Amino acid sequence: MAWFRKKKKFTPIGAQKTDLPEGVWAKCPSCAEYVTNDDIRRNLHRCPKCDHYSVFPIEERIQHTLDDGSFEEFDSNLASKNPLDFDGYDKKLQSAKQKTGRHEACVAGRGTIHGYPVIFAALDFSFMGGSMGSVVGEKITRCAERAVNDELPLVVISTGGGGARMHEGTLSLMQMAKTSAAIGRMKQHGVPFISVIAHPTMGGVAASFAALGDVIIAEPGALIGFAGPRVIEQTIGQQLPKGFQRAEFLLDHGMIDMIIERPQVRETLKPLIHHMWYARIAARNEQRDQTGLSIAGRTA
Amino acid sequence: MRYLEFEKPLREIESKIEQLEVYASSRDIDLSHEIQPLKDRLHSMVDEIFSQLTPWQRVQLARHPDRPYTMDYIRNFVEEFVELHGDRMFRDDLAIITGMGSIAGRSVAIVGHQKGRDTDENIRRNFGMPHPEGFRKARRMMEMADRHRLPIVCFIDSPGAFPGLGAEERGQHVAIAENLEIMSKLRVPIVCVVLGEGGSGGALAIGVGNRVLMLENAYYAVCTPEACAAIILKDRTKAATVAGTMRIVPNDLLNLGVIDEVIPEPIGGAHRNPGETAQNVKAGIVRHLDHLCALGEDELIEQRYKRFRDIGVFYEAETTGPALAGI
Repeated sequence: MAWFRKKKKFTPIGAQKTDLPEGVWAKCPSCAEYVTNDDIRRNLHRCPKCDHYSVFPIEERIQHTLDDGSFEEFDSNLASKNPLDFDGYDKKLQSAKQKTGRHEACVAGRGTIHGYPVIFAALDFSFMGGSMGSVVGEKITRCAERAVNDELPLVVISTGGGGARMHEGTLSLMQMAKTSAAIGRMKQHGVPFISVIAHPTMGGVAASFAALGDVIIAEPGALIGFAGPRVIEQTIGQQLPKGFQRAEFLLDHGMIDMIIERPQVRETLKPLIHHMWYARIAARNEQRDQTGLSIAGRTA
Repeated sequence: MRYLEFEKPLREIESKIEQLEVYASSRDIDLSHEIQPLKDRLHSMVDEIFSQLTPWQRVQLARHPDRPYTMDYIRNFVEEFVELHGDRMFRDDLAIITGMGSIAGRSVAIVGHQKGRDTDENIRRNFGMPHPEGFRKARRMMEMADRHRLPIVCFIDSPGAFPGLGAEERGQHVAIAENLEIMSKLRVPIVCVVLGEGGSGGALAIGVGNRVLMLENAYYAVCTPEACAAIILKDRTKAATVAGTMRIVPNDLLNLGVIDEVIPEPIGGAHRNPGETAQNVKAGIVRHLDHLCALGEDELIEQRYKRFRDIGVFYEAETTGPALAGI
């Protein structure tokens, strides 16, 4: 399945190299410049010197994307079992839970973007690479079903480099069909789904709901594809061209709609949600008002 | 016949029987009193070897070079088969076969992976590993079936979607995802049979059926045991060990709700009696189609949706994660 090169991280400078306090400075994996962690955070986890993108921590991602204080999480208690008794999976889950403080690799809920209510989900790369097992599949499916029920657009931000989670075997594979079918239902009901893809998103996540957005937005340089670059290199026995499977490559080949810099993602979502959904809702409400009918719950 | 490592004890005795039979017929003498004990021994050996197959041995049988492939089944029980080619977009991918025919008097659309029997054919068919155009060819056939109200039969037998430059350029992940979505909406019955290798997304891309049946010595997995061993254990050679952990053989998948029925193979595996295997496969398809064809369009869509909707194992923890509300 899909794997990818180990993601380079900002490496804190060891105390022996400098007398600066630990955790304050980091070295950019791309331009090797030293920058402060505060600057990186303020710059939405992009290197202030060379604009290299690192993983956007999920809390900050939600905070940045949705209106302040608007996020209501649901299904946060859904947790994975070890259905195959896969050796080492319990331990892996345990340490991921400890690291992130959450039960699984997907955070889902409801919030607003510039006042427009949406169903929102994001994959957490720091929880087993944002891979999809039963819980992630279930949460995404519930989001799509809620979107249809509540007549709200769905926005999902994927950072699913792990693809379909191997530790849940064929059950993970089936989540691809399950989530895709749920997105299919949204489309039949005409409820919009916007898929935002961040680095890296591969395998079972890329080859299911993430590829099915009415609109697909990617962050610059994001690695997106089915097979991991290493697997392809082994298969064809040669080095891959530069930029292969990057967002720019996908845009060139017509696989995504646009590449948007991280600070502008929220601004880009607003008109899309408006055109695809709330313009119509507003028109509908206006018509009903004129005919003397009023419906509740459709503001915005 | 070619022999797998664990089948090798059978080779000696089978060749001895053959020699004796040839000798007997050439000299026109009766050696049955010599041959019969050998045949008895062969049977008991086959029973012994095949009654306790490990998951890894089943994987090897699923990949056996003599195992019947999609086209062998079509030749056996599909009447008036007409093969159709091409995705109308880029190229005809020979790793996938599409067409129409009739099974037990009922017209159906057929979609299946096809491996090659020899090196030349394998190169043409890319070892049964489709490119995006293969999945789009399958999609074209299935959408056509939907228009003409033909039930769909899918034969799954692929190591996986092809991991290559062109495949990624043309949107391998998009082609697979779109098939998953489209199959979930089709108004006609879909019966899928995993004949050999159920390799990952490449298998699932023609696997969203109302029923998913599976031959006894087939596997269906999120990735090949070799890839799983390489990634999880960092050692490709541990595929045999990891094959058990992955729960990829029919009985495990039946328990997990991934498949609906196991189709028995003749003792020794499908390749030892392709005709009998094909008849078992046919019987399974016909029985399920009979049932599904009695359902209405909405019922079919709903049943298929729910079938996949219900797959997954999780629990509701008493504690939630840290409150992310109000961010």
